[in-house]
Amino acid sequence: MTATEYEYLRKFLRDHSGLDLSADKQYLIESRLLPLARKGGLSGIGELVQKLQGAGASALVTSVVEAMTTNETFFFRDKVPFDHFRDTIMPEVIKARAGRRSVRIWCAAGSTGQEPYSLAMSLKEMGAALTGWRVEIIATDLSQEVLEKAKAGIYSQFEVQRGLPIQMLMKYFRQTGETWQINPELRAMIQHRQLNLLHDFAQLGTFDVIFCRNVLIYFDQDTKINIFNRLARQIEGDGFLVLGAAETVVGLTDTFKPIPERRGLYKPNDPRAAAAKPAFAGAAPRVAVMAGR
Amino acid sequence: MKTCLVVDDSSVVRKIARRILEGLEFEVTEAEDGSKALEICQRKLPDAVLLDWNMPVMDGFEFMGHMRRLPGGEEPKVVFCTTENNVAHIAQALSGGANEYIMKPFDKDIIADKFAEVGLIPVGQVMV
Repeated sequence: MTATEYEYLRKFLRDHSGLDLSADKQYLIESRLLPLARKGGLSGIGELVQKLQGAGASALVTSVVEAMTTNETFFFRDKVPFDHFRDTIMPEVIKARAGRRSVRIWCAAGSTGQEPYSLAMSLKEMGAALTGWRVEIIATDLSQEVLEKAKAGIYSQFEVQRGLPIQMLMKYFRQTGETWQINPELRAMIQHRQLNLLHDFAQLGTFDVIFCRNVLIYFDQDTKINIFNRLARQIEGDGFLVLGAAETVVGLTDTFKPIPERRGLYKPNDPRAAAAKPAFAGAAPRVAVMAGR
Repeated sequence: MKTCLVVDDSSVVRKIARRILEGLEFEVTEAEDGSKALEICQRKLPDAVLLDWNMPVMDGFEFMGHMRRLPGGEEPKVVFCTTENNVAHIAQALSGGANEYIMKPFDKDIIADKFAEVGLIPVGQVMV
């Protein structure tokens, strides 16, 4: 790939997805876009760039953006955030929402579904504590292709062995040949929607918990700040924001503050501002009422 | 240094597993069937057993039953690692005392994840 082609792709990705590649990410481009180029019968990155510059490339534009923004993901990735979810977040939510007995959770980079399904399994494991609660998990991702996979909830033998304890595999999946599909009951807990974080997401409503992990690292500083400020408007005053291990709000925005001793966990800084917002009633949201065991 | 006994009748699999486990800082011993593995365990129990199912002389499931009945035999973490990838086998292994279960083929990420799951290594340990 020539320097000109690389610069073109950097600017292209910045404009179309907000993805901000540093000057040395040629390998990432090659590993993601070469297979795509070959699949489309193109000789390599050079020809792909030419196609992108030509007229009528909108399908290709989408494919390139999707290929570059799809991240590695597996069940219970990093484990610690899910421990926080079980031991810190949900006990507080259960107490705070005991009156209305409902919880809304947003996976802002839901990818192929491992994260939202991990949360769904965690909630199931809480058993009686959530019996009769309305649970809503909204999983969004930029990529339609990835969302389709998440919706189907079908994973390869390789995928179900990354991060997923064997007992959970036995309990929450059904084997069909060489693949494993997550149970309908868990699939019904999640609503999948396509969403670009660069665009307005106010229509999603207000959440008790937002997981936004390992996606903001790809954005430049101004975009990050902008997204944090808009996330702050979608979170309850006593809600929780969960970021990836390598991410932080510190030095970027004061709309969220870190929770001491809980790495990756943040709370909105000004509960009064959040509390002043009207309560949101979603447009026919898919709501799963947790059944008893 | 924690110890891991690798039980598999394929020398190639043992070699691959050894390399991965040594990267995770385990001291590795090998056995080619359940009977030889049991002899090793009667002398000294390892912290972990990576265990194939189908082997000549004594299979992995039978070995696990004998090992669990040794004094202190409930302590080692047993991680099955087998081509038997159906629900019936997995359920049988778990009810027979296995701690985790790997369906072959495996790689270093799967071994690291499963070993972390049963507390043999810290979560997120970086592979060298």
